[in-house]
Amino acid sequence: MSKVIIQTDLCKGCGLCIEACPKKIIGIAKHAINAKGHHPAVVLDEELCISCAFCATMCPDCVISVQK
Amino acid sequence: MKTVFEKPKSLSNVPLHYCPGCTHGIVHRLVAEAVDELGIEGKTIGVAPVGCAVLIYEYYNFDMAQAAHGRAPAVATGIKRADPNNIVFTYQGDGDLASIGMAETVHAAARGENITIIFINNTIYGMTGGQMAPTSLPGQVTQTSPYGRNPSLCGYPIKVCEMLATLDGPEYLERVSVHNVKFVRSAKKAIKKAFENQVNNKGFSLIEVLSTCTTNWGLAPTAALKWLEEKMLPYYPVGVYKDRSKVQ
Repeated sequence: MSKVIIQTDLCKGCGLCIEACPKKIIGIAKHAINAKGHHPAVVLDEELCISCAFCATMCPDCVISVQK
Repeated sequence: MKTVFEKPKSLSNVPLHYCPGCTHGIVHRLVAEAVDELGIEGKTIGVAPVGCAVLIYEYYNFDMAQAAHGRAPAVATGIKRADPNNIVFTYQGDGDLASIGMAETVHAAARGENITIIFINNTIYGMTGGQMAPTSLPGQVTQTSPYGRNPSLCGYPIKVCEMLATLDGPEYLERVSVHNVKFVRSAKKAIKKAFENQVNNKGFSLIEVLSTCTTNWGLAPTAALKWLEEKMLPYYPVGVYKDRSKVQ
């Protein structure tokens, strides 16, 4: 099971999680568009995730949940 | 697997209408987390302002009322006095609290009304399209100050926490920010303490949260957080401005 679950259909692609991630493993899915018309955030390399939840702490839309 | 972070239970499943990167969402979540942790969801009543956060009543699972522009502290006073067992908070922006609602705010503070106010300061009128607010910084470009705010013409910004700290009524006044993880965590502590004060019948608490307005500042979400840190923090220093529990 993945550590970081992003509800991509509600993500607005603001990128605050990308800025907050200490491992820099979150990016914008440039080739995907959700129902709201945004490019959502995706986790690029889950192996490196340390479950610090910094991304979820900064997410203004509360679409990220984190597991360890 | 253990859950490290999930959506607080008090927050409803309605998607937020705010612009991408708007820190309103972070503060909404912090309020919901504080309510959840104190276990007061069943008796909490919020008062919505006029402004971007006018639809806040959609986003919580507890009861909400909606006040006329700036009158949220007066409405909250009524709700609290009608049944003091309720935990009553208002959530207001700077156009609502520091401009049209200044009288209600100051008098609620002076009376030491046992309510909690969450005050979002983003130095601009957001919903109405980016006009100059009482909190706009000197030199800040807005729709109604296209050459920058000129203090000799428009006066100086109002520092709400400093001003209310001169009154004897308030119990707890703190200014916090949400521009990075560290500041979000201290904002969470401040908001929780403000609710705790009310649970313990201590009196008026106001938390001023420095916030962003990406659309009306004309900046990308991450650039807006940087602008907050570089421009707003020096003018609006974070910290505790009044805490009666610390004074002997």
